[in-house]
Amino acid sequence: MLRFLARRLLWFAITLFCVVTISFFMMRAVRGGPFDGERTLDPAIERNIEAKYHLDWSLPKQYLQYVGPFNLDEHGFELFGGDGSDRFGGVLCLEFGPSFKYKDFTVDQIIGQSLPISALLGIVAMMWALALGISAGIASALRRGSGLDLGMRLAATGGIALPNFVIASFLVILTVFMIPLFPVAGWGSIRHMLLPGFALGAPFAAYISRLTRTGMLEVLSQDHIRTAQAKGLAPRTVILRHALKGGLLPVVSYLGPATAGILTGSLVIEKIFFIPGLGSHFINSALNRDYTLSMGVTILFTILVYSLNTLVDLAYTMLDPRIDLEEI
Amino acid sequence: MQALTFGDSARKVVAFLLLGAVFVGALALARSARLEPADLVFNNGTEVSTLDPARVTGVPEGRIIKALFEGLVVKHPRTLEALPGMAESWEVSDDGLVYTFHIRPEARWTNDLPVTAHDFVFSWERFLHPATAAEYAYQLWYVVGAEAYTTEVDDEGNPKNDFSTVGIKALDAATLQVTLRNPTPFFMDLMAFYPMFPVNQANIEEMQARYGEEDWEIQWLQPENLVTNGPDTVEYRRVNERIRLRKNADYWDADNVALETIDALAIEQATTGLNMYLTGAAHFVPSVPTTIVKKLMPREDFNPAPYLGTYFYRVNTTKPPFDDPRVRRALALTIDRKAICEKITKAGQIPAGGLVPPGMPGYAGVSMGQGNVALAKELLAEAGFGPEGREFPTIEIHYNTLEAHRDIAEVVGESWRRNLGIKAKLQNQEWKVYLDTQSNLGYDVSRSAWIGDYVDPNTFLDMFVTDGENNKTGWGNERYDLLVALSSAELDPTKRLELLREAEEILIDEMPILPIYYYVTQNLVDPRLGGFHENLQDEHFPKFWYWMSDEELGSKRAQQPESWEQVTSSGPSEGKYAPGFTGPIPSPTGR
Repeated sequence: MLRFLARRLLWFAITLFCVVTISFFMMRAVRGGPFDGERTLDPAIERNIEAKYHLDWSLPKQYLQYVGPFNLDEHGFELFGGDGSDRFGGVLCLEFGPSFKYKDFTVDQIIGQSLPISALLGIVAMMWALALGISAGIASALRRGSGLDLGMRLAATGGIALPNFVIASFLVILTVFMIPLFPVAGWGSIRHMLLPGFALGAPFAAYISRLTRTGMLEVLSQDHIRTAQAKGLAPRTVILRHALKGGLLPVVSYLGPATAGILTGSLVIEKIFFIPGLGSHFINSALNRDYTLSMGVTILFTILVYSLNTLVDLAYTMLDPRIDLEEI
Repeated sequence: MQALTFGDSARKVVAFLLLGAVFVGALALARSARLEPADLVFNNGTEVSTLDPARVTGVPEGRIIKALFEGLVVKHPRTLEALPGMAESWEVSDDGLVYTFHIRPEARWTNDLPVTAHDFVFSWERFLHPATAAEYAYQLWYVVGAEAYTTEVDDEGNPKNDFSTVGIKALDAATLQVTLRNPTPFFMDLMAFYPMFPVNQANIEEMQARYGEEDWEIQWLQPENLVTNGPDTVEYRRVNERIRLRKNADYWDADNVALETIDALAIEQATTGLNMYLTGAAHFVPSVPTTIVKKLMPREDFNPAPYLGTYFYRVNTTKPPFDDPRVRRALALTIDRKAICEKITKAGQIPAGGLVPPGMPGYAGVSMGQGNVALAKELLAEAGFGPEGREFPTIEIHYNTLEAHRDIAEVVGESWRRNLGIKAKLQNQEWKVYLDTQSNLGYDVSRSAWIGDYVDPNTFLDMFVTDGENNKTGWGNERYDLLVALSSAELDPTKRLELLREAEEILIDEMPILPIYYYVTQNLVDPRLGGFHENLQDEHFPKFWYWMSDEELGSKRAQQPESWEQVTSSGPSEGKYAPGFTGPIPSPTGR
């Protein structure tokens, strides 16, 4: 177990280094800069702005400044010609710098404000997805070939095929304008979370129900289930205790990518329901050429996806003792 | 491996604890985010880039800064004339060059210090200083020495000139004197423009001392640190969501401010903004989805009015065949502007015949002939194209990715195909790439727009002087440059506008741009909201806003055309008036 985690940590460092380096230089290679606008600036003013944000430095120097841990500007180490008032900085010191677009915030502040919101929205979406997906999947598997099964499978196909903004629009028309149950948009109370959570989780629910159905069908035909049934255990016990554990394995392995998908794919839902989460920063910062914010969010997502996948691998062993971490 | 094979019960406990933690965390987060509802909620369109008056450029930023800070003057909500703000009075010298402002003695900052002329000197020095990197610094370059102060820097990046060379002086604490290079008739307009609003010196110096040079700018603008002098203060702020404004009890005119709290939302999706307005969750939204405009037109809460902006196409005059003015005129003559205004934009936009939109006082404007296909064909033939000449190359219409721009480009392309037999193809680019292409003249014709900063033709016409940063067409004309330069030195207003009109005539004759339409405002405003008027600059100072009572709403409705569809207001039926409310807003011309 420790060896597994140590190996993961090493790969994590390598992955992160690659992500930071590649996205830093790719971001800078894209045409257009953070301060380009409909109004072109006077060259003198533009120079002033570039100097303020160190955009007049050479790229490698900007990269070193960004990664840290040494501050290279006039307040940095005496060795690099600074006055020593602010020697350290950069990603290695967990300082992601000021946002270029939202000038009143540092990237750390923006992430600090929007990550909990995204996490909450993600949790609600995931709860919807798991609750609906697993129960539909089990019901389908148990009544295989019935009308119920067909209905569930059709709904699942629909859920996968329909983009979440279509689902969201239908929901808004139905549960806000026709039957006023929920607030139309905004963030602040549980009532605000249910609609966007559902719309965001729906495609994942559909996928989970399919995985559960397939997994359950496979497990239900195995010997140990037949043994359990032969021993005269109640059908409930057989399903919940013996079949579900194996049947859910595919779902568990899907949880990692699903969580990543929910976090990074929340842009449209965030826009429609006016939720100040991370998803819109992920896209908007790239469009705005907000170099620091874009990098910060990318790094954050890398960390999240990586650790979630590691957690999923750990969860595997809990559900199926036959799996050995050393082999993963 | 042993450690990982948990017992059944241990596993359950872990799962249970995890679920519980998630749930409790979720509840705590949800509770902490709750705020009492504000007196007024409006959509500000996007997250503002900063609250620092010196470093902003956008309209959404302007709305917030007008609530937090106050400049020398404010603008009347309907007529836009200058009303006293921090200056209780002012004089202009006969040559139009020296402005003397008398600062209101009772004006206070929220840290209880008086607002003085020195605050303005400090703020404008900071605004012009290269290290502030103010995008709008050029708006103060009408002042003697200001341009040199911003642009002439030494190797360290500091200004070469001392600030005493700039014509901004505090004669005493209550008297501010500004000396201009040229008489600038729209100078008072600029004094009500948010980048010129003052900031508090003591506040900034304290922040610099407390947080150091790297961090103070961000720390200074946190709600708990920011000292302001306007009708409101920031109470709460969450990025990409809302700014909660609260009435500033120390504001000099607090007696005439009605609303206790205002929420500015950062909704970017026009449909979401509309939905929130329709369900009463927002009381005013600054734009609506184009698809719904036709349905909104008859409603009493949607009254598009002329707005100081022009939608046009730039032509790359450095690239053949567009280097030939006859070709450009032919293209301009044949665009079906009526179809664009009636079928696409639909809110009463006016087909444009020139660059300067109507509504500039005393300015006659220029309008080219439109729809003259015969003339256009003749011009093209003269330029060597058409049935007897060469075949015209396919034109690429360049625009930034947005549905409305695509629709317009399609109509334009279709007009050229139908009228002149010229093929056009559309090329869309993501915003920043589009800007880059435009600046580097990598296009044939490119979608553009310009919103005036002040009510004067100059704000449009000085864009196209030779090699101006915002020219971006490669076009230049000596006579045009001369006329624009002469106009800025001309004292007589009539002669000055005549010079500008002559310049616009040259522009329309040479056609480095193809005008398409003049903008209208697109505010959707609760019928009960008082002190809010459609005006030429779409400028709205929050200090004037209040809620009308049923009685006042009734009398307002009695005066409006009967054909207007009445809608339900989501504002308070008893109204909400300022403590000192005695009738309509004080104004020389009435409400």
